Amino acid sequence: MRSICLYFQVHQPFRLRTYRFFNIGHDHQYFDDYQNRHIIRRVAEKSYLPANKMMLDLIREFGSGFKVSYSISGTALDQFALYVPEVIHSFQELARTGSVEFIGETYAHSLASLGKKDEFLRQVTLHIQRIEELFGVRPTTFRNTELIYSDQIGVNIGDLGFHTMLTEGAKHILGWKSPNFLYCNTINPKLKLLLRNFRLSDDITFRFSDRSWSEWPLTTDKFVKWLNALNSHEEVVNIFMDYETIGEHQWKETGIFDFFKHLLSQIYAHSNYGFFTPEDLYQRLQTVASISVPYPISWADEERDLTAWRGNELQDEAFEKLYSYDQKVINCDDPSIQRDWQYLQTSNHFYYMCTKWFSAGEVHRYFNPYGSPYEAFINYMNVLSDFMIRVDSFYDNKQKSKEKSEKITKKPTKIAPESTIKKSKKNLPVAKNHNEKTAKKSKPENNFKKLNFDDIVRLSDRRVKELIKKVDIQTLSSAMKGADTETKTKVEKNLGKKALTVYKEMLVKLKNLKSTEVSKNRKQIVKEINKTSK
Amino acid sequence: MRVLMFGWEFPPHITGGLGTACFGLTKGLVKYGVEVLFVVPRAFGDETKDGFRLIDASEVLLDFKESFTQDFWNQIKFMEIGSNLVPYVGPEDFEQIVTEDVLINKEQHQSVFTKNYKFSGKYGPNLMEEVSRYAIIASSIASMQKFDVIHAHDWLTYPSGIAAKKISGKPLIVHVHATEFDRSGENVNQNVYDIERKGMEESDLIITVSNFTRQIVIEKYGIPSEKVITVHNAVEPAGPSEFEGAQKHVKEKVVTFLGRVTYQKGPDYFVEAAHKVLKKDSNVRFVMAGSGDLLNRMIRRVAQLRIGTKFHFTGFLAGQEVDTMFAMSDVYVMPSVSEPFGISPLEAMRSNVPVVISKQSGVAEVLKHALKVDFWDIDALSDAIYGILHYEGLRKMFFKYGKEEVDNLKWENAAINVLEVYKQAVNK
Repeated sequence: MRSICLYFQVHQPFRLRTYRFFNIGHDHQYFDDYQNRHIIRRVAEKSYLPANKMMLDLIREFGSGFKVSYSISGTALDQFALYVPEVIHSFQELARTGSVEFIGETYAHSLASLGKKDEFLRQVTLHIQRIEELFGVRPTTFRNTELIYSDQIGVNIGDLGFHTMLTEGAKHILGWKSPNFLYCNTINPKLKLLLRNFRLSDDITFRFSDRSWSEWPLTTDKFVKWLNALNSHEEVVNIFMDYETIGEHQWKETGIFDFFKHLLSQIYAHSNYGFFTPEDLYQRLQTVASISVPYPISWADEERDLTAWRGNELQDEAFEKLYSYDQKVINCDDPSIQRDWQYLQTSNHFYYMCTKWFSAGEVHRYFNPYGSPYEAFINYMNVLSDFMIRVDSFYDNKQKSKEKSEKITKKPTKIAPESTIKKSKKNLPVAKNHNEKTAKKSKPENNFKKLNFDDIVRLSDRRVKELIKKVDIQTLSSAMKGADTETKTKVEKNLGKKALTVYKEMLVKLKNLKSTEVSKNRKQIVKEINKTSK
Repeated sequence: MRVLMFGWEFPPHITGGLGTACFGLTKGLVKYGVEVLFVVPRAFGDETKDGFRLIDASEVLLDFKESFTQDFWNQIKFMEIGSNLVPYVGPEDFEQIVTEDVLINKEQHQSVFTKNYKFSGKYGPNLMEEVSRYAIIASSIASMQKFDVIHAHDWLTYPSGIAAKKISGKPLIVHVHATEFDRSGENVNQNVYDIERKGMEESDLIITVSNFTRQIVIEKYGIPSEKVITVHNAVEPAGPSEFEGAQKHVKEKVVTFLGRVTYQKGPDYFVEAAHKVLKKDSNVRFVMAGSGDLLNRMIRRVAQLRIGTKFHFTGFLAGQEVDTMFAMSDVYVMPSVSEPFGISPLEAMRSNVPVVISKQSGVAEVLKHALKVDFWDIDALSDAIYGILHYEGLRKMFFKYGKEEVDNLKWENAAINVLEVYKQAVNK
């Protein structure tokens, strides 16, 4: 049986309100609550809710014969929770059928994968956590914002424990190759790739109701005929699209719901195709080749590149200014700063600054709430300016209160390492229970040889975090005395914010520690490293 | 093709957008082989009995800085009619100017036409009479000259156009650069409105400088839409000399308003926006260049807001001074309440100055690389100014694309469209 992989992206950004420069410095309300509520309710009513109901009916009708997968961005989930919680309930109902796979992505639907690795991994972990919390499953498949992919992004994702990733079947990457097979990452062959069949996907997304299209109207007969016309060796047809296609971009009146309802029975009656999730395909299919993507691709526009988000000076400046604060923000334990930091990274803000639509691109105009990219830029920069002031003043205040408390009491800091670490765990969600498969796979690597202290640098961040959990902060800091900078940074970046402050204070205090003490502590750490890997 | 054109100023004396537009358009038309018989009002006091004189082309060439090929001047006949008509002036102001002149016998600065002007007593005492007299002379020109089409620029010349049409039977095209609604808001002078409407009705085709104006012509003058065609204005490419000698002597960023200080140009919105920006950032200076009936009110308002040390008035600027002003500016603002086209933002962009323009301007229809705001939205206006001053990305974008965009708005292209209109009128 040949496979169809039906995958839908569900995403809504937190749109910004009109934020003037005179709001900077005192008004921290950035988002257009009215508009966001209005839009998400409208889309839920026209698309998400009826589409979910349709999918549920289809699953009930066809049982295991119908499977579908979703990625839902964190910003969409947050807005559902705020404005239309019934959408979450209906996705949970879908999750309970077992025929639905939830796919991981960046929490904020951001562009952090483009060179901001730490932030990228942090957001992916946040998203994993949220999906597990809501749907009780840990994603094993990943898809990046707008299917952005490159070899390096694939490697980073593989390191996080994902085994499959979705991206675009871009012509300039594939050349003569067909997108209808399972491929793998060129550096890490363990990461499988499913490539979007853009022709068949876009026939539905863009052309379904286009009366000037020679194939209009698109009937299920016709669609199944096209599927059957594909070379019989080809194994999988990946139909990836925005979920809003059903009911919002293509209105109900176009017949889009009937199309999907009818498509299944047509496919089962007249073809040898079946529906599968990426996880199924990972199990069923063999990779045919690796795909090399040195420069990032996406599913946007004709060019399938990044120019919709990183194509002009406005976007570049906004991106650079935003991420000049990533290190500072990581250590802020103010939840409202953390929240806004996520929402400001959403790729849509950059999309609104795109100047490509001057020449073409009705699509861009349709999604853009601003009159011009310049207006979008000014508004975003005003908001960002205020955000940066907030982060800076957070540090100023902390510095002040620290000086104050130091003046009052100068007693040695005695902290309960356990509780501190628990808190830091909350800030940096640590991957919990891997599903069995990945755990099994990583085992042989770990048993390969006994590790020593210098191997800390080569451990994954997750392992380092686990290690930090096991040893108390005093042992850790005394062991780190005199260690090389590489090891130090590795450990420091995995410490929670509070733990880090304590750790640094410890280091200062332990200036005159004996080297025998140091080596004793190091031994203990090495013991822990080897223990955790077993 | 030979055109009898009733225009305004002509080089070397150009004071406003209308003169610039007529000149650019004529130059463009000549490139496509059109012969132009250009008629302008000019107060010279020693006019002949006929009431007009033909200017020798070489005489004009002498005091004009740009060099033209002989062909250009061969194709243009240039005429001046003795008249004290001036552009941009309504009936009330006209009377004031004329009487003031009699009383004080002083040089006029509003326009070159009145410069060195001596009241001869021969001209009509009020504008309406003068317009009629001008039309009578125009008809006598029309009876003596040969041409295929008549082209009249703005309302003062419409009666001349109509008269010329009646004498010659040739098609008339009226070119609407502005309407009474732009000049006066809703307090329309009925006489002016009537003349405008008559001209539009008697004409064979109407050219408007923007869709914005086209809409006014259709809606407020009741003209059938198929008769009205938009031909957007353009701008002359900048010569390198414009940047010479211009230097900024203040360390602050400079935000400039340049134009007549009248209701139509929205100077009050500029003052209010300046106040808002200065509250947040005192490291900016605002300049209002130009004069007009609202100038004193603006000065009072600036004083009232206590921003006088950061807000400057230059008075009327012309020629080189304008270029210098642009070269000193970091942002150019045109908050016009109603602007049929508005060439000055194009001149600013030509000098690499980013512009903020009102959505109620015709030029907003052709510009992509400009910030556009509603004239009444002071918040949006001040936000746009602040954005350009503070966010480097914007300036980079405007620098990269703005000049290029303006350089592509050529009079030649506008002239092709005008030529099409001529052909359409002739074949009608």
